[in-house]
Amino acid sequence: APAFAEKLGLGRPALPAEIAAWDVAVLPDGTGLPEGSGDVATGDEVFAEKCATCHGDFAEGIDNWPVLAGGEGSLKDRRPVKTIGSYWPHLSTVWDYIHRSMPFGAAQTVTPDEAYAITAFLLYSNGIVEDDFVLSKENFTSITMPNADGFYPDDRAESEYATFSGEACMTDCAAEVKVTKRAVTLNVTPTDPDGRPAGTLPNPDPV
Amino acid sequence: MSGTENKGTSRRAVLRGGLAAGAGLAVAGAARAEGTPDPLITEVQDWASSFGDPVDATPYGMPIRFESQVVRRNVEWLTESPVSSINFTPIHALEGTITPQGCAFERHHSGAIELSKPDYRLMIDGLVETPLVFTYEDLTRFPRETRTAFCECAANGGMEWGGAQLEGCQFTQGMIHNMEYVGVPLRLLLEEAGVKPEGKWVYAEGADASSNGRSMPLEKAMDDVLVAFYANGEALRKEHGYPVRLVVPGFEGNMWVKWLRRIGVYDQAVESREETSKYTDLMPDGRARKWTWVMDAKSVITSPSPQAPIYHGKGPLVITGLAWSGHGKVTRVDVSLDGGKNWQEAELTGEAQSKALTRFRLNIDWDGSELLLQSRAVDETGYVQPTKDALRAIRGTNSVYHNNGIQTWWVHENGEVENVEVA
Repeated sequence: APAFAEKLGLGRPALPAEIAAWDVAVLPDGTGLPEGSGDVATGDEVFAEKCATCHGDFAEGIDNWPVLAGGEGSLKDRRPVKTIGSYWPHLSTVWDYIHRSMPFGAAQTVTPDEAYAITAFLLYSNGIVEDDFVLSKENFTSITMPNADGFYPDDRAESEYATFSGEACMTDCAAEVKVTKRAVTLNVTPTDPDGRPAGTLPNPDPV
Repeated sequence: MSGTENKGTSRRAVLRGGLAAGAGLAVAGAARAEGTPDPLITEVQDWASSFGDPVDATPYGMPIRFESQVVRRNVEWLTESPVSSINFTPIHALEGTITPQGCAFERHHSGAIELSKPDYRLMIDGLVETPLVFTYEDLTRFPRETRTAFCECAANGGMEWGGAQLEGCQFTQGMIHNMEYVGVPLRLLLEEAGVKPEGKWVYAEGADASSNGRSMPLEKAMDDVLVAFYANGEALRKEHGYPVRLVVPGFEGNMWVKWLRRIGVYDQAVESREETSKYTDLMPDGRARKWTWVMDAKSVITSPSPQAPIYHGKGPLVITGLAWSGHGKVTRVDVSLDGGKNWQEAELTGEAQSKALTRFRLNIDWDGSELLLQSRAVDETGYVQPTKDALRAIRGTNSVYHNNGIQTWWVHENGEVENVEVA
């Protein structure tokens, strides 16, 4: 459409201060990290003040709040424990997510230095650094997370789509079919007062 | 007076066969036809004599009270906080393909925020010639496109990976909605800023505290992604991203960033929390798939289903359901009455749209015997919706997301319907 090949001249240039305020993303190679640093002991203090009521004094999680440490080697277990230490591939994500979206309910109240300190404390809680470790913009990318190699891009096109494509069986596809699992045996669905699953349609034509 | 209230019958009593026994209903039906005249016909009803509501009673209406069961539901134990949680679309009660916005599911990570149009700003920055800021009004001046698309949460059906758990397709398949969107192609906004050659990835984030930042390849951003401000004819609902959200056809719902505030262009993926810790799919060898963006072909029979039992006894029965695929159009849906031993092709209604919900129906003559109902979608790539067992053979049971396995409903002789697995 030639009419739209030209720019429309809508919007206005973003100012550096505006970009700095909103583009706080940190990439795996450290792009986006601000100046600053923080050590484990400081992180422990900040964590106790701002984080531990949900995530526990040792980042082990309280009640059903997310567990941030532990679970190493559990990814092939029947019930894996996926934490920063056992699962997350990049330290950048830890810093970025805490700085932007935590504490839950009071986000964007953590300074860059506090974010470095909390991140250092979480590395310590996960057994990745010693208790005197100081994390800074300069040494940030020297940290390799335990599960850094644990991910691969979507491979369904190679591993599944050929298997699941082609002529589907239409008749006499299985000799026998038996019920093996029933949701009613768990009985964990919200119910209406009459005991049926919540939202069950009323009988439009009751006898 | 005209049978609008739910009978207080316990599930146990229903399962014993009290309420909807086919034989009993057949007798009742015959009595109505041959016996006492129906007073709903022979007596003048109030609504046929006096006034109804005036036209100034309801500037913006809600459904009639008899439809009060057609609402979103949540399941408290699924999440630790109701502001980082999910609710479910009542797909068991809906027909056609368009989801009414008022009962279309919600998924937030820091709650549904209130963001006015005057307060709204959209920034495009990063590897562009000119970083830009748009107001809402700026966006309304770009050429528009219309697109109908399903938004399915990556976790839809995720609770069912380990077995049959929740009772009703609202809960097992209801993290989905389908709307007609109007907005600006993201491509036009990126062209306005001028993407530099080294810009390969687009990172979108919202104005809410969670931000929900996600990376997508530039090719997708330049293809069919919309920066949308209308859904089903009107502004987006607050809980769906008012005033502006991303529409990412065929891709997992998490990437449909709401309250969109920034588009950053980078040379690599950000690998944010929502694409590392979450929305990655753990496999049996302990490694995990990342960037599993597309939602594969899927279907579910919405009626009969556990929340939509058969009340009317044997005879004509409408089997109806939904099918969809993130890879394109649904070309066929097969239905089985016997747990997958034999299949017959259902009718697709309307014209199947790419990456949108498609309605299918099969009319049968039910003899009152038990059924094991299944549906199986086929899309235009030739992909056939797999069974849960076929998926689990490859992925195990801990991948959390992307469960598009075939659903089985066990229809009992009394018309009650259960969520089951078969083998």
